[in-house]
Amino acid sequence: MALDGNAIGGLLLEIFGSEMTSAEVTCAACGAVGPVAETTVYVRGPGTVVRCRRCTSVLMVIARVRGLNCVDLSGLTALEAKARPDD
Amino acid sequence: MAGTAVRGRLTWQVATVTAVTAETDSVRTIALDLPDWPGHRAGQHLDVRLTAEDGYNAERSYSIASADGEPVAITVERLDDGEVSPYLTRELRPGDQMEVRGPIGNWFTWGTHDGGPLLLIAGGSGVVPLRAILRHRERSGSSVPARLLYSSRTLADVIYRAELDQYGGSAEVRYTLTRSQPPGWGGFAGRVDDAMLARIAWPASQRPLAFICGPTPFVEAVAELLVARHYPVSRVKTERFGGA
Repeated sequence: MALDGNAIGGLLLEIFGSEMTSAEVTCAACGAVGPVAETTVYVRGPGTVVRCRRCTSVLMVIARVRGLNCVDLSGLTALEAKARPDD
Repeated sequence: MAGTAVRGRLTWQVATVTAVTAETDSVRTIALDLPDWPGHRAGQHLDVRLTAEDGYNAERSYSIASADGEPVAITVERLDDGEVSPYLTRELRPGDQMEVRGPIGNWFTWGTHDGGPLLLIAGGSGVVPLRAILRHRERSGSSVPARLLYSSRTLADVIYRAELDQYGGSAEVRYTLTRSQPPGWGGFAGRVDDAMLARIAWPASQRPLAFICGPTPFVEAVAELLVARHYPVSRVKTERFGGA
């Protein structure tokens, strides 16, 4: 079952050290720009796969290997976290 | 796990259950004591980690059911083939402990500065973060108009019904029952469709802010209907959940 980027807010916060669900992600394949919260997320495989909602290309893959998070961001061209005043 | 949670860093902390309240046959609200909780905003969620004696652990995300400034509570629906929810809804007792980290998320959240008018659309237990938003709106004395459309299988499946019915005129709450309706039912029946939205959705010209939470197919269908009603994509916030 496909979820969305809200579901991995905790994982991304663990990896990046800041809130990422409203960060803007730019798809390397189609150029779509939108919040991480609106990406399509699959958490049931061996790793977490994040796909572009518009073109379904893989944006990010996160796999936990022996307690270490391995992060592949090659499917995106930008990931920009904007600070909100109350964060 | 003792120690102080550093704000901005996500650390697991031990939560003690203070109360378990039955909302429906399969849904429980679990109130937690979290001594190091940094506070949360309506719409945020938290992660729960349960560890078995053999070290196996399972993590799940749950929306926070309580408003900003209230003690943390989560509302959990039992999925009979689930790994975590049967334990949380059947076995858990006051005094039990579990690991929690959060709060998490800054997209699907609402604060008074975000304005409105608010259109909240819930499918099943997707009502949980929207309840937190309504409670926060009420507690903060916000005058932002709010409407909730809540889709449920039957009347007996409606979570927080007594509380939602209390809003009276201050927030408009409408139900739609998809599977069966009691005799004389005055609410909507069937899945959320454009005819329902024509009656409940604020016109796009009022620059409404929509929050939709529910199972993935529900959220996608409703979001599409709102965009077709000229709601800008950036004003339609969505949160999807699957069964786990």
